[in-house]
Amino acid sequence: MKLVVVSAGLSVPSSTRLLADRLATAVKRETPVDVRVVELRELAVEIAHFFTNGFPGKALAAAQEAVAGADGLIVVTPVFSASYSGLFKSFFDVLDKDALVGKPVLVAATGGSARHSLVLEHALRPLFAYLRAVVVPTAVYAASEDWGAEGLEGRIERAAGELAGLMAGLSSSLSVSGRSAVGAAGAAGASGAAGAAVESPGTSRAASEVPAARGGGDAGFEVVPFAEQLAALAPKR
Amino acid sequence: MQFGIFSVGDVTPDPTTGRTPTERERIKAMVAIALKAEEVGLDVFATGEHHNPPFVPSSPTTMLGYIAAQTERLVLSTSTTLITTNDPVKIAEDFAMLQHLADGRVDLMMGRGNTGPVYPWFGQDIRQGINLAVENYALLRRLWREDVVDWEGKFRTPLQGFTSTPRPLDDVPPFVWHGSIRSPEIAEQAAFYGDGFFHNNIFWPADHTKRMVELYRTRYAHYGHGTPEQAIVGLGGQVFMRARSQDAVREFRPYFDNAPVYGHGPSLEDFTDQTPLTVGSPQEVIEKTLAFREYAGDYQRQLFLVDHAGLPLKTVLEQLDILGEEVVPVLREEFAKGRPDDVPEAPTHASLLAAVKKETVSS
Repeated sequence: MKLVVVSAGLSVPSSTRLLADRLATAVKRETPVDVRVVELRELAVEIAHFFTNGFPGKALAAAQEAVAGADGLIVVTPVFSASYSGLFKSFFDVLDKDALVGKPVLVAATGGSARHSLVLEHALRPLFAYLRAVVVPTAVYAASEDWGAEGLEGRIERAAGELAGLMAGLSSSLSVSGRSAVGAAGAAGASGAAGAAVESPGTSRAASEVPAARGGGDAGFEVVPFAEQLAALAPKR
Repeated sequence: MQFGIFSVGDVTPDPTTGRTPTERERIKAMVAIALKAEEVGLDVFATGEHHNPPFVPSSPTTMLGYIAAQTERLVLSTSTTLITTNDPVKIAEDFAMLQHLADGRVDLMMGRGNTGPVYPWFGQDIRQGINLAVENYALLRRLWREDVVDWEGKFRTPLQGFTSTPRPLDDVPPFVWHGSIRSPEIAEQAAFYGDGFFHNNIFWPADHTKRMVELYRTRYAHYGHGTPEQAIVGLGGQVFMRARSQDAVREFRPYFDNAPVYGHGPSLEDFTDQTPLTVGSPQEVIEKTLAFREYAGDYQRQLFLVDHAGLPLKTVLEQLDILGEEVVPVLREEFAKGRPDDVPEAPTHASLLAAVKKETVSS
């Protein structure tokens, strides 16, 4: 399974990245995962350009692809002005709106004091609820004083266990239902149905010669066969 | 292969002088640019359609009719005609009228328009953009192809026994391109009907354009119109040229840096690296444009954007001289090399009429 870790820490080294690594290591102990870390600091300029250009640079495109292909995410932000950092939010603003649908996400944050810990509940959890991700119950906040204190490691373990469980559970159940099933099964299964449903104005060819509509086959786009699109608009009698 | 220019019709201050042209000046400049396009041997002039400042071309067939009266060969087109917010009945009438006046030198490119507020001004909703494009275009096709139309749909008042006048010239409707940058539904629509697909790639990296064009080509073949290689593809381009590359960069940079679309964003260097924009010598434009074929296949129509971002008319006319004298002749020759014989040219009124006659004779 693929675990993508998104870290919005700005300094090097950063406590945000440290928390991200601790969480990823804890997930690894629970279940075998390939970990890929996306450091938003390195993408900051490309993210800004995305807003003005409308298309991603190479590194940002790779990060977007990694997130879209992940089985689960750990997202960690520093607290800035009582919320997630602007850079953190901006990264999720430039993702496809459906990129996180159904994905388990562990939310975490760092801050200078524990007074901001509810940022996780008031800012991060609603953001990922909006993106229709499955947010794990335990969110992990690390204030400066937590790094030396008891309790943080326990929260990391608990959250990591929850994420690992959701990733394993969802990745096995998704072969039956859910969004990624469309991508996987659609490419194989849709060709017959699409071929039959489509009324071609020209000569029709055997369904086996032509690529499937919907998932997978056509340069990665999902295509609704045109006849279906048109029929959906016909007046009901 | 056809070469031409497309204009957005923006009224933008010239950043080097601070002066903003009047609407009248800009409209007259667009006409002068179109006439120049014919003079230097280009094939197509296309105008945008906009209903909000700072853009002037709200009434494309008025402008194109005026240009038609002063030209002989130029194909008059749009980039794009809003199939979402215009009444398809009015599009059918306006462009059939233009066909007659221009002796068939007319085609058009359908587009949805991405300016949210324009939709409600015309009683529509941008969230229905794709559905509007699908339904309105299906009606438009019937209005051009059937003398009497009974019709009922979701978005427009029903029609009973309606005849759109004038009928298309020689009963041959204008050829239609569908322009879309991001929506696979539109590539699918173009493929379904065997219409042209125009990918306005000017702000996009090559791999995105490649995927959209591949999708259209694959689906075009799926619907039985021909091989994927025979699908009718158009691409955009954006150029600024001087004899010496460094002169082009120096002169264009202030326009780039302040342009409404990408100004104050990426650097000129990044943008030229990642998108079709070419700022340099005619030779550099030739090389970059020829490379489009590597990812889009042999295609039919190449339109360049040359008149935006506040560039003065005099400069734009110089650009057209360079295009016509130094760039397009070489592109015509080079694109013809290795182009398979069964890859068609872009349909014109003459070729569509010939096809109809052939069909009539054989049946």
